[in-house]
Amino acid sequence: MSRILKHRLFWPLVILVALLALNLFFTDNFFKIEMKEGHLYGSVIDIVRFGAPLILVSLGMTLVIATSGIDLSVGSVVAIAGALACLRISDLSDQNSVGGVLGAVGLALVLSVVLGAWNGFLVAGIGIQPIIATLILMVAGRGLAQLITDGQITTVNSSPYKLIGGGYWLTLPFGIIVVAVVLALTAFLTRRLALGLLIESVGGNAEASRLAGISARGVLMTVYAFCGLCAGIAGLMISSNVSSADGNNAGLWIELDAILAVVIGGTPLSGGRFSLSGTVLGALIIQTLTTTIYSIGVPPETTLLFKALVVTIVCLIQSPAFRTKVFHRRRRPVTASPAPEEKVRVTA
Amino acid sequence: MAAPAPILRMSGIGKQFPGVKALDGVDFRLLPGEVHALMGENGAGKSTLIKVLTGVYDIDAGEIELEGRRVAFSSPLAAQQAGISTVYQEVNLCANLSVAENIFIGREPRRFGRIQWKAMRRRAEEILARLDLDLDVSAPLSSYSLAIQQMVAIARAVDIDAKVLILDEPTSSLDAGEVAQLFRVMRRLKEQGIAILFVSHFLDQIYEISDRMTVLRNGTLVGEYLTSELSQVELIGKMIGRELADLEKLEERPPASEGAPLIEAEKLGRTGAIQPFTLTIREGEVVGLAGLLGSGRTEIARLLFGADHAGTGSLKIGGEPVNLRTPRSAVSRKLAFCSENRRAEGLIPDLTVRENLVLALQASRGWTRPIPRRRQDELVDKYIAALNIRPANPDQLIKNLSGGNQQKVLLARWLILEPRLLILDEPTRGIDVGAKAEIQRLVAELSDGGMAVLFISAELEEVLRLSHRVGVLRDRRLVAELDNDEGLTTDTLTETIASGARS
Repeated sequence: MSRILKHRLFWPLVILVALLALNLFFTDNFFKIEMKEGHLYGSVIDIVRFGAPLILVSLGMTLVIATSGIDLSVGSVVAIAGALACLRISDLSDQNSVGGVLGAVGLALVLSVVLGAWNGFLVAGIGIQPIIATLILMVAGRGLAQLITDGQITTVNSSPYKLIGGGYWLTLPFGIIVVAVVLALTAFLTRRLALGLLIESVGGNAEASRLAGISARGVLMTVYAFCGLCAGIAGLMISSNVSSADGNNAGLWIELDAILAVVIGGTPLSGGRFSLSGTVLGALIIQTLTTTIYSIGVPPETTLLFKALVVTIVCLIQSPAFRTKVFHRRRRPVTASPAPEEKVRVTA
Repeated sequence: MAAPAPILRMSGIGKQFPGVKALDGVDFRLLPGEVHALMGENGAGKSTLIKVLTGVYDIDAGEIELEGRRVAFSSPLAAQQAGISTVYQEVNLCANLSVAENIFIGREPRRFGRIQWKAMRRRAEEILARLDLDLDVSAPLSSYSLAIQQMVAIARAVDIDAKVLILDEPTSSLDAGEVAQLFRVMRRLKEQGIAILFVSHFLDQIYEISDRMTVLRNGTLVGEYLTSELSQVELIGKMIGRELADLEKLEERPPASEGAPLIEAEKLGRTGAIQPFTLTIREGEVVGLAGLLGSGRTEIARLLFGADHAGTGSLKIGGEPVNLRTPRSAVSRKLAFCSENRRAEGLIPDLTVRENLVLALQASRGWTRPIPRRRQDELVDKYIAALNIRPANPDQLIKNLSGGNQQKVLLARWLILEPRLLILDEPTRGIDVGAKAEIQRLVAELSDGGMAVLFISAELEEVLRLSHRVGVLRDRRLVAELDNDEGLTTDTLTETIASGARS
C-alpha cells in the first residue's frame, strides 16, 4: 500500500480520477461510450481527442525540460505548421487529392523540425539561455504565421486533411491514434534506445556529461527538433479540426499549458529525471479541467480564475513538502522529515 | 593540567536509519579551548554525530548537555543560537553575494528596516581582521579562492558568538599554505576558549592541530585518546579495525617497463591556464603531477583530455598527431579523465549507480546503440564487486552514496572503457583511509596491466608511492620532471616545488 502511495504517478492519477468523478455529478452518462456508425463516441473519448494536441506538445516539452531547458515557441510553431499546410492545400487544384495533402503535411512538418532545430542551434550552438532563445521564435513565429496566411484566416475544404484532426480510423478518432504512435515512438527512442539516459544526464549535470564524452550539443539539437516536430503535428491537428489556419490564435498559450502538464506529471523544471506517462496524465488533467469547466457551467468570465485555482491546488497536492506540512502536523518541521530517506547509507 | 569541565557532553547517542544503525551508544565530550578531532572511516558515523549534535537529525537515544544543561536542538538554527556553529566541507555560502553580505546574511545590521551597508562592511572587515584576513569585503565571494571562501564561512560562524565550532573537512580543498593559514586561525580561536571539533582525512593535519581525538567505527565508539599518546599507525588500526599492511605493501613498486610513448605533448599550452609544457607518458607508466593548488596541475589534465582547447603546441596520441576539440574526441581515442571536482564535473546526482557507471560507455556508443540490459548488469555487478562499492545496489541514487563510494563509481565509469590513459585528478581527496588504499592499489594494478596513468594529488607521499616519474609544477609552469628513484623524497619534492628546480 505504501508503495502505491509513494509511486510518483499516484497523486496525478488521483487528481485525474477526482476530476472525472466530479463530472459524473453534472453530466449524465459521463463514462458512457457508445458506437455510432462504426465510430466510438463518449465524453471520455472527447477529452482524449481534444487533448491530443496538448499531449503532443507536452511530450516534446517534457524532453526539452528534462535537459533543463524550456521551449516557449511551441505555440508559434503550431500556428506556422497549420498556416503552411493550409496555404499549400488551398493552392491545390484539387483540394481532395491525397498526394497533394501529404505533400503539404510533409512540408509543414519539415518546417517544424527546422524551426525546432533553430531553437536547438541558439541554445546549444550559440549558448543563449533557452527561455530567451525560444522567446525569439515565440514572438517572431506569430509574425511568420501571419505572413504565410497574409494576415487572413485561410480556410480549406479538403477531406483528406480533415481526417487528421476531425476524422476517424479503426473506430477511433484519428488524433488519438496519432498521439498513441508519437507516444510509442518517444518511449522507444528514450527508453528502449539510450536517448533518455543521455537527456537525463545532460539535464542532471551538463558539464559532467560533457566530460563523460556526451555530445550535449547533439542531444540538445535532437530534443529541440523533436519538440518542434511534436508542435508541428499538433498544429496540423488543430487547423485540420477547424479546416482553417488562424495565424493569430492557433496554439495561443499552449506552451504554458504544456509546461504545466509536464510539471504536474512530475518532471522537475530543473531538469534531469522525466516521466512521459506523467506528462500524458498531466495533459489529460488539464484537458479534463477545461471540459469540466464547461460541463459544470462555470460562468465564462471566471473560467480562467477557476482554472488557476484548481491548478494551484493540484500543484500543492503534488508537492511532497506541502503534504508533509499539512498531513503530518504533529511531526517535527520539514527540515527533519525528509532526511532519513536521503541518508539510506550503509556503513563502509 | 586538570581538565576543565566539558562544555559539551553527549552520552549514549543512538541514531537509526531505515535498515542502518548509524550511531549506537556513542559518548563524546568537548572541552573548552581544545581542538578535538573526530576520526573514523567514511560511514563510521562522523557526519551523523555532527548532524545529531547540530539538530539536523533527531536522536533516537541518549542525551546532549551543553554547559551542563540538557539540550535538544530542533534545527541547525537553534543549535547556532545556542552557540554551536558548523562549517561544512562544501562551502555553503552564496558565491554571487559580496563577502560582507555572506558574513551577515540573515542578520544584517539594520536601522528602520534599512540595511546599513557601511556599518556592515566595517564590521565585516573587523571580523576578518581578527582572523588575519585582509579582503575587499564588497567584492563578490566568487572572486576569491575556495580557501578564502572557507575562511569567510568560518568568520561568519565564529561571529555568531560560537562556543563550539564544528569544522567538517575544511581542509580537503586547501593547499599547504592555506592549511597553515587556517590552522593559525584555529589556534587563535582556541586561545579565545572556543572548543573546536575538527574532522579531516589528513592524518598529518590531525596530528599537527588537534589535542585529543575520538575514534568511531561502524557507528560505535572506539575510544577517546590524547593525540600525543597515540601513534598514526595505532590510530589507523583503531579506525579500520585491522592492520594496515596493505598500504605498506605498495611501497615496493616495480620499475616501469619501457613502453612505447602514448602521449607526447609538445609545447602544449593555454594562455592564462598553463605555460607551454612538454610531457611524454609511456604505456604502463604512472606519471605523477605535484605542485601547489592552482599551480596548473588540473589545467594540464584538462588540455590532455580536450576539456579545454590548447592555444599552442601539438599533441600526439600513439604517435599520431591529434587535435582534441572536445572530451568526446579524447574518449574515442581511449583517454579517460576523473575530475577533482566530483560533484560539479563527475556525478549526475539524480541518476542511479548503474546509470552513472555505464554513462561514458553509452556516450561513446551513441544513443542509437543502447547497452543491452544483461550486459549492463554484468558490467555493473563486476565493478561493484571489484571496487567494493557499497551499498552494492545498482539502483541506488548515486547522491546517497558516501564520497569514497561515489569516487569508485566514477572510476568504474572509465575503467569500463578500458582506456589507454587514465587521468586521475585528486582521486583520493576527501575519502577515507580504507578506500584510499583500495584506489591506490587499483592504480598500481592498472599500470602493471599496461595502462598509462596521470596521477595528480596534493599529497606528496601518495604521488611518490605510486609514480614512476613526477612532474613538478609551479606558477602554472611545468618546472621539472624527476625520475622516482631512491633520491626522490617528499623533502626534495617540496624543495623543487618551492624553488622551481631540483637542488
